[in-house]
Amino acid sequence: MASLTITNVRKFFGSQEVLKGVSLSVKSGEFVVLVGPSGCGKSTLLNIIAGLETLDEGEIRIGNRVVNDVKPKDRDIAMVFQSYALYPNMNVRKNLAFGLENRGVPKDKIEETILRVAKMLQIDELLDRKPSQLSGGQRQRVAMGRALARDPEIFLFDEPLSNLDAKFRVEMRTEIKMLHQRIKTTVVYVTHDQIEAMTMADRIAVMKDGVIQQFDTPQQLYDNPANLFVAGFIGSPAMNFIPCRMVKDGKKIGVIFKTERKKSFFLPVRGNATAYEKWHDKEVILGIRPEQIAAGFHNQEKNPNMHQIETMVSVIEPTGPDTLVFVNINDTKITCRVNPDAARKPGEPMKLMIDMSKALFFDPETERRIDY
Amino acid sequence: MKDSKYLSAKTRVSRVSLGRILIYSALIMAAIYFLIPFFIMVITSIKTMNDIRTGHLIAWPREVTLEAWIKAWSTAAIGATGKGMRTYFWNSVQMVIPSVVISTIIGAINGYVFSKWRFKGSETFFSFLLLGCFIPFQVIILPMSQTLGLLGMAQSIQGLILVHIIYGIPFTTLFFRNFYVTIPDELIKAAKIDGAGFFRILWKIILPLSIPTFVVAIIWQTTQIWNDFLFGVCFSGGESQPVTVALNNLVNTSTGVKEYNVDMAAAIIAGLPTLLVYIVSGKYFLKGLTAGALKG
Amino acid sequence: MKKSDVIMNSSSKEKQKGFLNYIEDTLPKIVVSPTFVVMIVFIYGFILWTAWISLTDSGIMPKYDLVGFVQYITLFTKEPRWWVAIQNLFIFGSLFVALCIILGLILAILLDQRIRAEGFLRTIYLYPMALSFIVTGAVWRWILNPDLGLERLVQQMGFTNFTFRWLVDPNMAIYTIVIAAVWQSTGFVLALFLAGLRGIDDSIIKAAQVDGASLPRIYWKIIIPSLRPVFLSSVIILSHIAIKSFDLVMVLTRGGPGYATDVPATFMYSFAFNRGRLAFGAASAMVMFMAVMAIIIPYLYSELRSTRNER
Repeated sequence: MASLTITNVRKFFGSQEVLKGVSLSVKSGEFVVLVGPSGCGKSTLLNIIAGLETLDEGEIRIGNRVVNDVKPKDRDIAMVFQSYALYPNMNVRKNLAFGLENRGVPKDKIEETILRVAKMLQIDELLDRKPSQLSGGQRQRVAMGRALARDPEIFLFDEPLSNLDAKFRVEMRTEIKMLHQRIKTTVVYVTHDQIEAMTMADRIAVMKDGVIQQFDTPQQLYDNPANLFVAGFIGSPAMNFIPCRMVKDGKKIGVIFKTERKKSFFLPVRGNATAYEKWHDKEVILGIRPEQIAAGFHNQEKNPNMHQIETMVSVIEPTGPDTLVFVNINDTKITCRVNPDAARKPGEPMKLMIDMSKALFFDPETERRIDY
Repeated sequence: MKDSKYLSAKTRVSRVSLGRILIYSALIMAAIYFLIPFFIMVITSIKTMNDIRTGHLIAWPREVTLEAWIKAWSTAAIGATGKGMRTYFWNSVQMVIPSVVISTIIGAINGYVFSKWRFKGSETFFSFLLLGCFIPFQVIILPMSQTLGLLGMAQSIQGLILVHIIYGIPFTTLFFRNFYVTIPDELIKAAKIDGAGFFRILWKIILPLSIPTFVVAIIWQTTQIWNDFLFGVCFSGGESQPVTVALNNLVNTSTGVKEYNVDMAAAIIAGLPTLLVYIVSGKYFLKGLTAGALKG
Repeated sequence: MKKSDVIMNSSSKEKQKGFLNYIEDTLPKIVVSPTFVVMIVFIYGFILWTAWISLTDSGIMPKYDLVGFVQYITLFTKEPRWWVAIQNLFIFGSLFVALCIILGLILAILLDQRIRAEGFLRTIYLYPMALSFIVTGAVWRWILNPDLGLERLVQQMGFTNFTFRWLVDPNMAIYTIVIAAVWQSTGFVLALFLAGLRGIDDSIIKAAQVDGASLPRIYWKIIIPSLRPVFLSSVIILSHIAIKSFDLVMVLTRGGPGYATDVPATFMYSFAFNRGRLAFGAASAMVMFMAVMAIIIPYLYSELRSTRNER
C-alpha cells in the first residue's frame, strides 16, 4: 500500500479551469472520499490520479514516486467504474485475468489469484459466465475483483454504486467498507452522495468548482464545517440557514429570531461573547441542523445553551423514527427534526428548543465560518 | 420499437374492415409493381426470340429454353470478344473481394482511432474525410485516370481495386466510427489501466464486439462495388471490365440483331450476386442503408 | 500540453523506454496517416487538379498553362447541350425526389399499420436497391421498348391505339429515367420513413387520441411534421443520387435520343473521354462538384453542430 500526495494540481479544459490548484495528502491504507456536486472536478481529479487525464500544473506522487508522466498501466493502480466497464466478450474469469495477462504474470499464478479473489468476493460460482448474464450487484463485484486481482498500491472508485438501486447500494456500501477493513488498501473514492461519503470514509474531501472546500474526518465535517457550502452539503436533511442580526442585550450578544405572529426572541451565543464583538449590529447567517432543534420543555439549568422559541407549524412530514416539522423563522423555511409524539399539527403553535451550543455562524458575504 | 397501433381503436371491432382491405390492396399492388420487372426479366430470359417478337411482356413462354442463358454466359458478343458474361463476371469477383476486405479493415481501424484515440485535429480530419463520401466522382475521374496511367495500371483490374479501396475508405471509416462511438469510453479506460495498449485493446476487446458491424459494412461495400459502373467504365477496358460495364455494352450494342432474351439473362447474371446477398442478409442490408443516411 | 522534459536519468534504458512510450502515444496518428495521405492526394489533391485543368485549354492530353475561365464561359454561353443537361437534371431531380418521397411515405405509413407479413413486404419493396442501376436500366429499357414492350402489352390487352414510345421521344425520354429511378429508390425512402415512424413516441399519439383527433388529422398534424428530419435526409440523399446519376442514363438512353436526356454526369463523360476535351469536361465536373458541395456542406455543418451540442 502506498500513500498518495497531490500537490497544487491545475487542469484546464480549453479555457475553463476545472481544477484550481488542488492539494491533497492521502495516508497509506486510508479510505478517502472525494465528494461534491456534479461539475466540481472530482471525477477529473480521479482520472488525473489514474493517469487517464494529464494535468496542466502540479504534481502527483504515489508513495515516493512522481507519476505525472507515468502511464496508467505503470502506476500500479486499479479502478472501478460507475458502469463497471467489464469486457463484454469475455467471461468473468477472463475479465479477472486480463490485467494480469497483460503484465506477463505466469498462468498458474493467475489461476491462483483469480480463485482467491473470486472466493473473497463470493463470485467463484460465476467464473464462466459472461457479464450480460450477471446482475448489477454481481457485475459490481466482478469489477472489484478485477481491481483486487492486480493487488495495486491504490484503489480508485468512480461512483461505483450510482447504478444500483437504493437497497442494494446500502448493502454494497457495507461490503466495500468491510473489504477495506480486511485488506487495508489505500482508497480514493468518488461519489456525489454525501451519505455514502460519511459512512465509508476515513476522511472526506468536499469539492466545489474545482477547489477542495474542506478535507477532514466525517465527524469534523459534520460538527465543524469551514464554510456555508460544506455545512449545507453534509447532513441530511440539510442544515438550516437563518439570516439574522447580531445584537447586544446588556452584556450578552446574540441574535433575534422573528417567528409567526410577530413574536421575537433573543438567543444568546454560547460561551464568550467577546469573540463576536466585531459582528455587533451586522447581518450574519446562523446555521443549525434540524436534529439540533428539539421540542418540548427542557431544563434551562441542565443545558444553559438551550433556548426556547415559539412558532407556528407550516407542514409536517412523518418519516417513522422522527417527524420533520417545517416552520418559519426570519422569513426562512426551517426544518426541525423532532420526536413524533411532540410534533404539533399544521397551523398549530409549537414550542421549539434551539441548542445554541451547536449553532454555527457564517459571514453572509464570504460564506466562511466566523468562528472556525 | 414495436409496431404502430394507431388504428387499433377503430379496427379492433371488425378486423376485416374496409380500411384494412384498402390498405392491404394498396400494399399488394405496390408489391406487384416492384416485382413485375423482375418477373418480366426472368420470363423474357427463358423465351425464344420468336416468342418475344410475337408475344408480349408478360406472356407466358410458349416454349421454355435456356438458350439465351447459355449464350449470355459464354458466347454473347460483348465488346470485341464473343465470350459472354463469364469473363466479366469473374472480373467483378476478382475486383470485389480484395476491395471489400481491404477497405473494410482500414475503415475499422480508422473508425477505432477516430472514436477512441482522438488527438488534436482528429475531428477536423474526420470531417474532411466525411466530406469525401459525398463528392461527385466526376471530379476525381480525370486525375485518377492520369494517375493510373502513370502507375501502369490503366485499364486493369488492379487499378479498379485500388480505386475502390481508396474511395471506399471514407464510407467504411464513417460507418465504424459511428458504431464505436456507442461503445462506452470507460471500457477503454479500464483496459488501459489493465495494461492493454492500442493494438491489444483493438484485438481483444473492440474487434470481438464489432462482428455485426463488419457484416453490415461488408454487405454494403460488396453491393456498392459490385454495382459500380462509373469507375468500371472509366478505368477498365477490354478484358478487364467488370460485369456492369459488360452488361451495358451488351444491351447497347448497335450491331447485329437485338436479342432481348440474352439481354435479360445477362442482366440477371449481373444482378444475381447482390440480390442474393440482399435476400440472405435481410436486416443487415437495411442497417447498412440507414446507418449511412441517418447519422451524420 | 507538452510533457515536461524533466527526465533526469540519461541511462539508455530510460531513453529507450521514453522512445517506446513516444511511439505508443503517436501510434493512433501513425495508424491513420496512410488514410490521411490518401485523402489529401486522392480526394483533395485530385479536386485541385481537376480545378486546375478546368482553367486550361487541355484537349486530349492535359496542359498546365492557365488560360482563365474560358471553359466555364463556353460551357454556359456557347454550349446548348450543357443547358439541356442542366434542365434535364432539374426535371429528373425534382420528379425523382418528389415521387420517391411521396410513394415512400405512403407505403411506409401503410406498412406501419401492424401488417401481417410486414417483413416479407418490406423485403419486396427494398430489393431493387440491391441491384445496380445498370441492371435496373437494362430491365426498364426492355419494358419500355417502343415496339415490343409496354406498348405491345397494352395493345394486346385490347387498347389497340395505345402508343408508348417515350424511350425514343426526345421530349419524353427523360421521364423514362424518372420511372426507372423511382422504381429503384422508393424502397430506400420507405425504409427511412418506416424507421422514423417507429421512432415516434407513442404517448404523443395517445394524447392526441384522447384529445379527440381523428386518425388522418393525427397523421397530418403530428406524425408527418415530426418526420421532418427524415424528409430532410431523404431530400439530401436523393438529390445526391440524382446529381451523380450516370449509370442509369447511360444504359437506358445513352443520353439520347441525340442528347435529349443528357445530364451533367453523362455530359462530362462524353466530352472528357469520348471527345478528348479534358478541360471542358473538367469544367463541367467542377460545376457538378460545386453544386453538390453547396447542398452537402450546410447540411453536414448543421448536423455536426447539433450532435456536438447534444453531447
